[in-house]
Amino acid sequence: MDIKIAWRNIWRNPRRTIIIMTAVIIGIWSMIFLTAFMRGMVVDMIENGIATLTGDVKIYASGFRSDPALENRIRNPGPLAEKVQANLPADAHMAARIRVSAIAQNARHSAGVTLVGIDPAEEAGVSFIGDGVATGQMIRPGNPVDIVVGKALLEKFETKIGNKLILMSEDAAHEMASRAFRIRGIFSAELEATEKRFVFVSKSAARGMLQIGADVSEISVMLENHDRADAVAEKIAAAIDTEAYEVRTWKELKPMLKAYINIFDGYIILWYLVVFAAMVFGIINTTLMAVFERMREFGLLKALGMRPWRILRAVLIETAFILLIGAAAGNTLAFSMVYAIGQRGIDLSMFAAGFEYAGMSSVIRPEIFAGDVVLANAVVICLGLVVSAYPAARAARITPVEAMARN
Amino acid sequence: MSIVEIRGVDKTYQQGKVFVQALKNIDLTVEKGSFAAIAGPSGSGKTTLLNIIGGLDVPDRGDVRVDGNAYADMTRSGMAELRLCRIGFVFQAYNLLPVLSAVENVEYVMQLQGVDKKQRRERAVAILDEVGLSGRYHNRPAELSGGQQQRVAVARAIVSDPAIVLADEPTANLDSKTGEGLLQIMEKMNREKAVTFIFSTHDRMVMSYARRLIHIRDGEIENGKPME
Ligand SMILES: Nc1ncnc2c1ncn2[C@@H]1O[C@H](COP(=O)(O)OP(=O)(O)O)[C@@H](O)[C@H]1O
Ligand SMILES: [Mg+2]
Repeated sequence: MDIKIAWRNIWRNPRRTIIIMTAVIIGIWSMIFLTAFMRGMVVDMIENGIATLTGDVKIYASGFRSDPALENRIRNPGPLAEKVQANLPADAHMAARIRVSAIAQNARHSAGVTLVGIDPAEEAGVSFIGDGVATGQMIRPGNPVDIVVGKALLEKFETKIGNKLILMSEDAAHEMASRAFRIRGIFSAELEATEKRFVFVSKSAARGMLQIGADVSEISVMLENHDRADAVAEKIAAAIDTEAYEVRTWKELKPMLKAYINIFDGYIILWYLVVFAAMVFGIINTTLMAVFERMREFGLLKALGMRPWRILRAVLIETAFILLIGAAAGNTLAFSMVYAIGQRGIDLSMFAAGFEYAGMSSVIRPEIFAGDVVLANAVVICLGLVVSAYPAARAARITPVEAMARN
Repeated sequence: MSIVEIRGVDKTYQQGKVFVQALKNIDLTVEKGSFAAIAGPSGSGKTTLLNIIGGLDVPDRGDVRVDGNAYADMTRSGMAELRLCRIGFVFQAYNLLPVLSAVENVEYVMQLQGVDKKQRRERAVAILDEVGLSGRYHNRPAELSGGQQQRVAVARAIVSDPAIVLADEPTANLDSKTGEGLLQIMEKMNREKAVTFIFSTHDRMVMSYARRLIHIRDGEIENGKPME
């Protein structure tokens, strides 16, 4: 009966109820949808950051991180790779690469680059280069002259597919090594910096040029779930010789990215509080109005012997109805918008220059995180009830004599 | 046996700097089964006296005892419990919850009293029949006339066999014919169910129904002696 009474009471003034419900709907919607949007950006930053060549977990020889020189390479990587592979979840991918600083040069230009020796098949599912090239062909495994470069580098060097590109670097014996490659394909990346920085050759070409036998520079692991990086890293570290090798997760490799994520998390909570503060005003106001209009009824109920806590509860049930209906509608709206936008995403290329700088792509796909949805709903419903406790307490405290004097 | 015993009750209200003594040294005893009217002009203290008997207001001085309970010794929740189960109230107007139908209004107090669901409906319907509201069970107050609304209030007041029903000018907002109808119902309930009624009025017709008249003027009882 209390539920029935509350339900009928909220529809005594439908206009007011609808207005406040609308406020709750907009509040919840903005919390969930805009957060999903921001989350989409963050996820995108992480994906870009990790997929570039970072990976979720990376294994190096000790010392490579502080001095990525050729002598800090992983020598005889076979047994290590086997141990790493044995400690990966089934859905993980792993790739071993050679990477070294080099100078790229053609007739007109030269630039510092990172020379990366890869096995294209291994890179699939590990880094962006595993997705293939935008134009031309991928390097062939074992081929000594194939090279794939970024679109931006190609433009900068004013060259094209089929042309020659010289790479120079220091080899294992600290001698200057140089080799001529032929551009076979062009990759494009989310970030121009990536396109200018990396050039890809086959592992055997890199090894031959650098005189490093079968060695590699790093082993990179990609997981389905980036949040599991810590757990996987621990497991690998337990299995290998941590004197000789270092295991690092993306959070350690990309501290900026981690910092961004923390800022976003703080920002989301701040955003929730701002939206909620705006709603609070409406909720208190409406509930106060609804309560003051009916003081005589509360006085009557108290005269009849109704206890204050029961009146408090009655008012809170009414608020709860408004909050729950508003929240349900707000969630539905937010979820359906995210669903409608789906994988197509929202193209922000109009404003994209700034995004690229921050390591994001111009197409944002909103991502709903369960935790955000729970938080948004909890903030609105719990705090909504808390703030309406004040008007409810006013109703509960009225005495019959005061209420009758209100005529 | 007395159901209401009041000794030496004073009540003064303060309005700004003005003090109004609403009740002066009231002594009053009302016997079980009475059908008594507190009669007096407007402002004489009728409402104040009924509110004090009903425990809605607290006297500045004096003792109040209703149905064997000395108010001075009771807690707030004890008072609420007493009002809920032993005292019925009928006010001048706005007696009913507008969102509930006639039968729901009667049922609601029974729910507060803890009467189980099936009994609530049976008893509510039966009492509405007795006050002449068969067929109006499901009307909301706004769909009932003033007289019908007051009858619902009487039905609600007596449905759980209270020790006493206090009615503050229950006919003041009704025309005299409707008012008379309401009094006849109250009197019938008083006779058939032996429920004690105390009602206030300044209307001669209403006074004529009382078996005992308690005249009050300027907060003082002029004649507290039973007519019976
Ligand atoms: N809450 C109150 N505050 C101030 N004065 C009051 C209050 N209630 C009643 N009074 C005063 O007390 C006197 C008695 O009032 P009341 O008991 O309402 O009389 P009646 O019901 O006979 O008209 C009146 O003078 C009235 O103005
Ligand atoms: Mg009065």
